[in-house]
Amino acid sequence: MANSYYDPADLRKFGKITEWSEELGNKFFDYYGKVFEEGALSAREKSLIALAVAHVVKCPYCIDAYTKDGLQRGITKEEMMEAVHAGAAIESGATLVHGVQMMNKYNKLSM
Amino acid sequence: MEQSILPQIKKAAKKSLKARENELAETNKQLEILNGGIFADGELPYFKDKIAEIGHFPLRPNKLEILQINVGYMCNQVCEHCHVDAGPDRKEIMTRETMELCLEVIRNTGAHTLDLTGGAPEMNPNFRWFVEEAAKAGIQDFIVRSNLTIIRANKKYYDLPEFFKKHNVHVVSSMPHYTRGKTDKQRGDGVFDKSIKALQELNAVGYGMPGSDLRLDLVYNPSGAFLPGDQMAMERDFKKALDEDFGIQFHNLFAITNLPISRFLDYLIASDNYEDYMYALVEAYNPSAVSNVMCTNTISVSWDGWLYDCDFNQMLELKVASKVKHIKDYNEDLLNDRNIVISQHCYGCTAGAGSSCQGTVA
Repeated sequence: MANSYYDPADLRKFGKITEWSEELGNKFFDYYGKVFEEGALSAREKSLIALAVAHVVKCPYCIDAYTKDGLQRGITKEEMMEAVHAGAAIESGATLVHGVQMMNKYNKLSM
Repeated sequence: MEQSILPQIKKAAKKSLKARENELAETNKQLEILNGGIFADGELPYFKDKIAEIGHFPLRPNKLEILQINVGYMCNQVCEHCHVDAGPDRKEIMTRETMELCLEVIRNTGAHTLDLTGGAPEMNPNFRWFVEEAAKAGIQDFIVRSNLTIIRANKKYYDLPEFFKKHNVHVVSSMPHYTRGKTDKQRGDGVFDKSIKALQELNAVGYGMPGSDLRLDLVYNPSGAFLPGDQMAMERDFKKALDEDFGIQFHNLFAITNLPISRFLDYLIASDNYEDYMYALVEAYNPSAVSNVMCTNTISVSWDGWLYDCDFNQMLELKVASKVKHIKDYNEDLLNDRNIVISQHCYGCTAGAGSSCQGTVA
């Protein structure tokens, strides 16, 4: 057993989750593969969305995977960093918009 | 001073592994790595076992289509990923005598494509004479692999676009990315601007223009430890960016996988990417690429006339497993009756959509 929660080598073993639940695992990977195909959005655009989300959900495996995926697609580091900022802006916005709730509550409780 | 968490940008190498007396300049050392480690431990399967699963071991040639001649390892650039370990310090140059032997073969071959490579082939002092003579043989597709910057390296090369045009040469050029940063990091400072200028000059004489018979194709190699993306998508991105930013036109983009040999192997090991890269190659193994890998339709000739299954085997000094091993004894029928020499670097040609000097194969 690794003595840390995350081991980069585990990413290679992702496919093994099907071994303990074949049907659900396969359905997931079929869905996953389909999502990232060329569609109304290009596979390149979806790769950048995935990279932004990977940061927001703070998944180290996904960050590794979609940085590499972006490089393979010729995505530049400037594009990657902008995508991360887009994710970060939504994440911080989600925190800050709750400030309105705080303001509402404050006002309601105050004379 | 606080240490940056970002990796230091490494300057492109200035000398070949050979000149640096790096142990990876020894092909035995490279083969030891490719045959040992994760493969010897059984973590990853040997290439021969993988192709045996689909009945392709031993790997055998199909019809010979491409005669690829390496006219020397001297180059004006020292690219970090170079599988030839080429550079200005390499002195291995094909002599006129060996070229004469090659011309005899070119005049009689059944191959439809002649592919001159290097190094920078233009640096061979007999390059122009060789091209003139070879062009007379009337081979269908005559490729010269030009690194672009050579056209701008010295006045004596400025007329190369006209020279190529005169002999109806098909120009295939390396262009790792359509941005300056990525290109210069792999190939050296200033390479991007010179390459752009050279492409514009090739366009000016008609190369790469829509509908033009003067073929200009670009080669894309990933600038790091990752595989190339979809060739068509990359071509679309390159065309859009080069046209919008510089008004440059070209015909096709060949996406070529970097094979784990020579300077690229050195880079993989030094950057601690070797194992991950080999895993990525094996995971991306595509059985349908196997029957079309370039060694099944190519013969590679080295600067000193030895024969190989491909340019990569040439750099690993793995000569053809045939009675005919040298251009002086060339016999196409005998050569075609051989087993192709393979090792774990071959996974580079079967990954994803496959990879060859002509781009994807699957």
